[in-house]
Amino acid sequence: MLTLEKKLWMYEKMVLSRLYEQAIEQAYFEGKLPAFNMANGPIPGEMHLSNGQEPCAVGVCAHLRSDDAVTASHRPHHIAIAKDVNLRAMTAEIFGKAAGLGGGRGGHMHLFDPQVSFSCGGIIAAGMAPAVGAARARQLAGQDTVAIAFVGEGAANQGVFHEALNLAAVWKAPVIFVIEDNGWGISVARDACTAVQGNAIRAAAYGVPGIRIENNDPVAVYEAAGEAVARARRGDGPSLLDIETWRLAGHFVGDTQEYRPHGELQALTERDPIPAFRAQLFASGTSERVLMDIENRAAATVADVITFARDTPYPEPAEAYEKVFA
Amino acid sequence: MTIDTDTSENSLVSAAPTRRLTIAKAMTEAIAQEMRADSSIIVLGEDVGKLGGVFATTQGLFAEFGPDRVCDTPISESAFIGAAVGMATSGMRPIVEMMFVDFFGVCMNSIYNVAAKNCYFSGGSQPVPMVLMTSVGGGYSDGGEHSQVLYGTFAHLPGMKVVIPSNAYDAKGLMSAAINDANPVIFMFHKALQGMGWLGTVRGSITDVPIERYEVPIGQAAMIREGADITLVGLGITVHHALEAASELQEKGISAEVIDLRTVVPLDRDRLVQSIRKTGRLIVVDDDYQSFGVASEIMALASELAFKHLRSAPARVAHPDVPIPFSPVLERHLLPSSAKIVAAAEKMIRN
Repeated sequence: MLTLEKKLWMYEKMVLSRLYEQAIEQAYFEGKLPAFNMANGPIPGEMHLSNGQEPCAVGVCAHLRSDDAVTASHRPHHIAIAKDVNLRAMTAEIFGKAAGLGGGRGGHMHLFDPQVSFSCGGIIAAGMAPAVGAARARQLAGQDTVAIAFVGEGAANQGVFHEALNLAAVWKAPVIFVIEDNGWGISVARDACTAVQGNAIRAAAYGVPGIRIENNDPVAVYEAAGEAVARARRGDGPSLLDIETWRLAGHFVGDTQEYRPHGELQALTERDPIPAFRAQLFASGTSERVLMDIENRAAATVADVITFARDTPYPEPAEAYEKVFA
Repeated sequence: MTIDTDTSENSLVSAAPTRRLTIAKAMTEAIAQEMRADSSIIVLGEDVGKLGGVFATTQGLFAEFGPDRVCDTPISESAFIGAAVGMATSGMRPIVEMMFVDFFGVCMNSIYNVAAKNCYFSGGSQPVPMVLMTSVGGGYSDGGEHSQVLYGTFAHLPGMKVVIPSNAYDAKGLMSAAINDANPVIFMFHKALQGMGWLGTVRGSITDVPIERYEVPIGQAAMIREGADITLVGLGITVHHALEAASELQEKGISAEVIDLRTVVPLDRDRLVQSIRKTGRLIVVDDDYQSFGVASEIMALASELAFKHLRSAPARVAHPDVPIPFSPVLERHLLPSSAKIVAAAEKMIRN
């Protein structure tokens, strides 16, 4: 049952995630204009924003506890936020600071917060097998905790996707594979590189339930994820959720997206899941005041973590030699 | 090759009862002892269950610990090595077997991008305590996809410790140390030393092994024969080639010191430099591809840290930079041997 309290939690995480990405984007462009040079500015390197994909993160993570493991991809911020990763430390990591989750060694694609069992990585599909292992470890320990692997739809064409599904099914591991299907692997459309009509049906090859969730709807994701998580906690094994979502940003910040069909991005932006969810909450009786409070709280949090990340010091260069081994 | 390795200087438990074991039995014994002491240790891999490992590394473990802890996996190295990382970061200590090191090509991402980097990227908050044991080496005409050693490949990529036992005593102690290490440890065992009836075994790899558990510290090379004129450095099977060569050189009046690396990451630079400074001459014997590898690294180390003490240019006896051929005539021609070492040493000393 999706309570109002949970709905408001989901809305707050979605808003927080979006405002966070907007603040990151703004900081990212500092020092990179007029001539775009990826190495410049307070946030150098690649930056993959999650604008539009918030329903996937909140609909799934609403069911999770801090000791449920999550692995995410190169586009991890919305999921980290929904999983309650320490946002000050995460932001400091993105800015390359000593107070970052990894002391500045990982960057935005390599965020690790063991307090909430969160990790992510920059290689497509690489988090799937670790999620299977994390699930197996929980199963062997007799716990009812689960593991979630978030991947994009492009990951379904990686070999390890299939290895991981098979292994999870063999072990009946409490793992849920979540495909955030935004339709695009950088510039290549899903249908141009996928031999089947959507990836949910691929789960059948491994005897795993595969559920397609349309319309980037946080409530629909919540319902489907609830069943999958409950199934895993019961000991009934893995599931695959294939969620239609929308990439409302470029693959990376600076991506001109000329490969997208004319009008697609505008049409999807008009269906932005955050205003839609807000309207739904308002229509069902949540007051403007409550919604504004949530939005103001999220904005304050973003301002706090960005300020923290800017002000906290860089690591000493010699710290680069530390932490190769435990 | 019939030379026994003298392990007396290695013996940490000299008074304890011992028996002669093969490397395979020594590895299995270490794994079993550690598994009895720590229920978080499990073994994963292809044919590690009832079969007991294609190279006999897990004989009897399935019967003792059952299928949850000694688990046959699908032929899916990316998945089960990646899964081991997830287990390791969830409080377990997995031991995975990659049947042949040559298979690394299908799963290297799980190894070098996931297992080896999590600790660093997480600033040390997410260590990955796991062992990846894998068979290496040729000399028995198994062709070029089942005969490589690839020490240099794994040693080159940061974040993994790499151990290579030349004998059963070290194999047991290094395995216990690897299992209890907080980091990914690549445990590379040479097929020609393993003690498998069907493969033939260098006799020196079979040694006295204490019944009690013990550790051989990771990162410590062993000087296993003392000498004055030249330092021969080996690892795995080439330790035995070097010992045989040292005996032959002795008859020719040349006193060779032999160092068994035992670990290549972290490399025991102090022990190597000490010996090179003493003898002033260095030959590295490595059955890996010659260029950009362990032999090259040790020669670089000699020039960086012992240059003034060198009495001649260091040399290496390694596998040339070509794939490993099938035909015994061709393979034997390329692999290191005691004769090649003796020839290289004589040439070096004559000059």
